[in-house]
Amino acid sequence: MTGGGVLEGTGFDVKRIREQFPALDQSVHGRPLVYFDNAATTHKPQRVIDAVSRHDSTDNANVHRGVHTLSQRATDAYERARQRVASFLNTERASEVVFTRGTTEAINLVANAYGGTALERGDEILITGMEHHSNIVPWQQVAKRTGATLQVAPVADDGSLDLGAFEDLVTEDTRIAAFSHVSNALGTVNPVKELTRLAKEEDAAVLVDGAQAVPHLEVDVQAIGCDFYAFSGHKVYGPTGIGALYGRYGRLERMDPYQGGGEMIRSVAFDETRFADPPQRFEAGTPNITGSVGLGEALTFLGEVGQRKVKAHEDRVLDVATDRLSGLDGVRLIGTAPEKASVVSFVLEGVHPHDVGTILDRKGVAIRAGHHCAQPLMERFDVPATCRASFAMYNRVSEVDALVEGITEAVNLFA
Amino acid sequence: MDATDLYQEVILDHTKSPRNFERVEGADRDAHGDNPLCGDTLTVYVRTNGDTIEEIGFQAEGCAISKASGSVMTETVEGKSIEEARALVEVFRDLVRGERDQDLGVAELGDLAVFEGVKKFPTRVKCATLAWHTLLAALEDRDEVVTTEA
Repeated sequence: MTGGGVLEGTGFDVKRIREQFPALDQSVHGRPLVYFDNAATTHKPQRVIDAVSRHDSTDNANVHRGVHTLSQRATDAYERARQRVASFLNTERASEVVFTRGTTEAINLVANAYGGTALERGDEILITGMEHHSNIVPWQQVAKRTGATLQVAPVADDGSLDLGAFEDLVTEDTRIAAFSHVSNALGTVNPVKELTRLAKEEDAAVLVDGAQAVPHLEVDVQAIGCDFYAFSGHKVYGPTGIGALYGRYGRLERMDPYQGGGEMIRSVAFDETRFADPPQRFEAGTPNITGSVGLGEALTFLGEVGQRKVKAHEDRVLDVATDRLSGLDGVRLIGTAPEKASVVSFVLEGVHPHDVGTILDRKGVAIRAGHHCAQPLMERFDVPATCRASFAMYNRVSEVDALVEGITEAVNLFA
Repeated sequence: MDATDLYQEVILDHTKSPRNFERVEGADRDAHGDNPLCGDTLTVYVRTNGDTIEEIGFQAEGCAISKASGSVMTETVEGKSIEEARALVEVFRDLVRGERDQDLGVAELGDLAVFEGVKKFPTRVKCATLAWHTLLAALEDRDEVVTTEA
């Protein structure tokens, strides 16, 4: 069978990968941990843990101030991490990368600092029906403040975006289009290049929520053509509390600050403050320096393992899980779009997802049960919640056995 | 420890065929509760006669534990006085949190005793207490939606 020391048929040595993640090596309720909640957060390889610890042990200082050696080392580490993110996303320049707390803060930054001034009464913000709450609520808030309206492109029955409807909803009033690259609840991969092209035909600014894409897909923001791209470190083997926003320099340059404070100014007097250039303009206060170091290391790690190899391996786990779950009586898959990444979402007839989650937990299997911060999408599929198994580079095909075992037990228990 | 410690026969029976699972005609008190983290929602209807809970019903959307808990609760408090029911809210809360008064025998708890297993599943305590929090709100005639996150 698969999952031992042997390759899983894709030239990908899962055993060697797993050895680098200390959190995977444990039992839960007497069973080996099967961690299928990667869309919520991924585990960290030892080298990320070490990079953070090393930085704190030897290079700890504040950045962009202080003439002393440690401050210089910390600044270098922070800016190296920025450079790393820039090359990972293929931005034109490193100064197009703004460090944030995560995707949520990045979207709020754009909604406020860009949307807050660009939007006027009658303007439209176009999102999709599969967005995470973090790509809905900031736009609702800015719409309320500016008098703009929120338009929502519908989701088809298989969980893919209704492209025709999206195209119809892009109008000359569309000022901003914001959509996910990969749906967190369904795993649908959206054709972001095409969506960006459609939005750009009407001169809308485009934000892509890449939280679920960066761990699985090669992302090239210049090829996509978007204005903004946001992601979180902890979903891509990095620490929590750090993420990044890509912003096309020309856009960032014309934006007002998001927050005021230290770090983001050029000069302050009581009658006038002059703001720093991007990206510092958007990084008020002491940033998450160690987080950035961890994120940089995580991206280097992922690059070295090889994103295409990772995707091929994850696709194989996804295919096996999809096949086996769809063969079980009483299981309904939610989201069967042709292009998917890493997520299988499902419901059991007559069994609430939380009960499934508890039963699986007792088998050592960690999944997410709930609305996945996508309540409008749950409504769309007429379910209060779903069970979601989501995969990462370290999952084995053989781990799907434990998932199937738990689901079967749940079905039998409540039959 | 197995999941069947939680999903005992009595609980499965109540969740599959919940008792008093209906709106009560002529209810003079009701309250709505939800558990925003998981999306469980529940409404309790009570018709009182003086100080007595003459009839009680509930409607719910949610997991097995929240439904079974509501079902057993209605069977337990029907016919009891409001004061007795209020005391039972405390008893139940202590039971599922693993803070049960040891003097209270299993016999006195009746069917409620099957919920003792919940204490070993801390993430599910709120599922079990939702119905009881909502009952308390109904009895106190509070207007706001009850939430287990308060």
